[in-house]
Amino acid sequence: MTARYSALSLLSRGLRGRNWPLVWRRHELAPTYDAVIIGAGVHGLAAAYYLAVNHGIRNVAVLDRSYLGGGGSGRNTAIIRSNYLTPEGVRFYDRSVKLYETLASELNFNVMFSQRGHLTLAHNDSSLRTMRWRAEVNKLQGVDSEVIGPDEIKSLVPYMDVSAQTRYPILGALYHPPGGIIRHDAVNWGYARGADARGVQIHEYTEVVGIDVEEGRVRGVQTSRGHISTPVVLNCTAGWSSLVSRLAGVRLPISTHPLQAAVTEPVKVFLNTVVVSGTLHVYVSQTDRGELVFGASTDPYPSYSTRGSLEFTEELAGHVLELMPSIAALRVLRQWAGLCDMTPDFSPIMGETPVEGFLVDVGWGTYGFKAGPVAGEAMAELVATGKTPDLISSFPLSRFADGRLVGEKGAAAVGH
Amino acid sequence: MFRIPCPYCGPRDATEFRHQGESRNRPDPRTVTRGQWRAYLYEKDNVAGWTRENWYHGVGCRRFISVERNTVTNETRPAAAAAGAVDPVLPGAEAGAPDADSTRR
Repeated sequence: MTARYSALSLLSRGLRGRNWPLVWRRHELAPTYDAVIIGAGVHGLAAAYYLAVNHGIRNVAVLDRSYLGGGGSGRNTAIIRSNYLTPEGVRFYDRSVKLYETLASELNFNVMFSQRGHLTLAHNDSSLRTMRWRAEVNKLQGVDSEVIGPDEIKSLVPYMDVSAQTRYPILGALYHPPGGIIRHDAVNWGYARGADARGVQIHEYTEVVGIDVEEGRVRGVQTSRGHISTPVVLNCTAGWSSLVSRLAGVRLPISTHPLQAAVTEPVKVFLNTVVVSGTLHVYVSQTDRGELVFGASTDPYPSYSTRGSLEFTEELAGHVLELMPSIAALRVLRQWAGLCDMTPDFSPIMGETPVEGFLVDVGWGTYGFKAGPVAGEAMAELVATGKTPDLISSFPLSRFADGRLVGEKGAAAVGH
Repeated sequence: MFRIPCPYCGPRDATEFRHQGESRNRPDPRTVTRGQWRAYLYEKDNVAGWTRENWYHGVGCRRFISVERNTVTNETRPAAAAAGAVDPVLPGAEAGAPDADSTRR
């Protein structure tokens, strides 16, 4: 069992300066597991954690072809919120926010969740109307959201240009106080540590190269390190989810698009809320270290490339300065890209597939990180009980064939 | 950023183009089943590697063109002439066999 972290234990180890215990262990690949999870990101690790904690299923392997948390879970802009548009979406993400609120104490790992409030700006009448719609849907589901005007925005974000002299004047905003930012790596590591402590095996650098399906049932997976027999395979990948699913003969309605982000040099804290503008295709927050983190819309063509582009930085800078002209002298430190699996309705795909035992938790587009805990909890319940929890019953793969899409484009994305 | 070889304008920056989707065979709307049509609409190949796709040259000749692109490296090359594709084709139409419905539009 992993030793508990405390201020005292950190101080004493810090002073001795060596023999830090591994947060998760390495293992040989066993020939059989009760369940195999593909993808050691927040979704896969959370599913493994809740399988062990809530359902006592511990003979589980989490496989990743690269290092833990190196995909979307380590590349997102770490924004947490639940102010979605559809009741299904609001309920689902609200459960995730609730889990995030107690995650640090549950995992005994400081995930640095800061509920500093979240502003979605409206620059025209139609987006103001959507903000009102979202606020009412949110309130009906018990989620704190309200439409506020330019004066209140100015008091929350003094550096914002709310004058009418801009190209896209700010008419109002959807203010969502429970929203905020988190340390995404800490969430990944905390779940990994918690799962490992309960017997889950995490196998990094173990690529799945085949999925054995016999008579419509999953029998096992072939990996770069050998064969595993298992009755349950859970696909928790992002970027490559459609290709991994095709190994089991399951086709997904997914296009993979890169999403770029950038971070500036650190400055004294001046921005205490998350600011999002759909019209300007940008979202901004300031980390505890003082860096400004920027995200934007996905690149306008599918690609598996994670190279940044100059066009992105140029457009981003223009849009950010439209909002906050006073930060013009700030320098961009670095930029990067992550891969987003976009679905036709901007909602994820969770649940069973035509192949028995092959489950998916995919299609997370640009909003996967904030859903990690609740998706893990729900998928663990599905694996353990064989029944799809109500919370995710609106998001099956079959909805595309049945014509029951859950349209979240208005609330899930900027500038698509 | 990368360049796209436009058969009319030559290689131009990708920012001049709009991505129109994978080149695919559109099923005949008169005989297709609902399942086939939804599979055509939603289930992309989403290839990691070389794939053939349609782009619209909005800031150039304003024509729809067919291009091959490696989705991992974003290298591009003209769509293979071996398929008989002399003229670029409209989205959804098969190379070298223009779809009657889409050309009439």
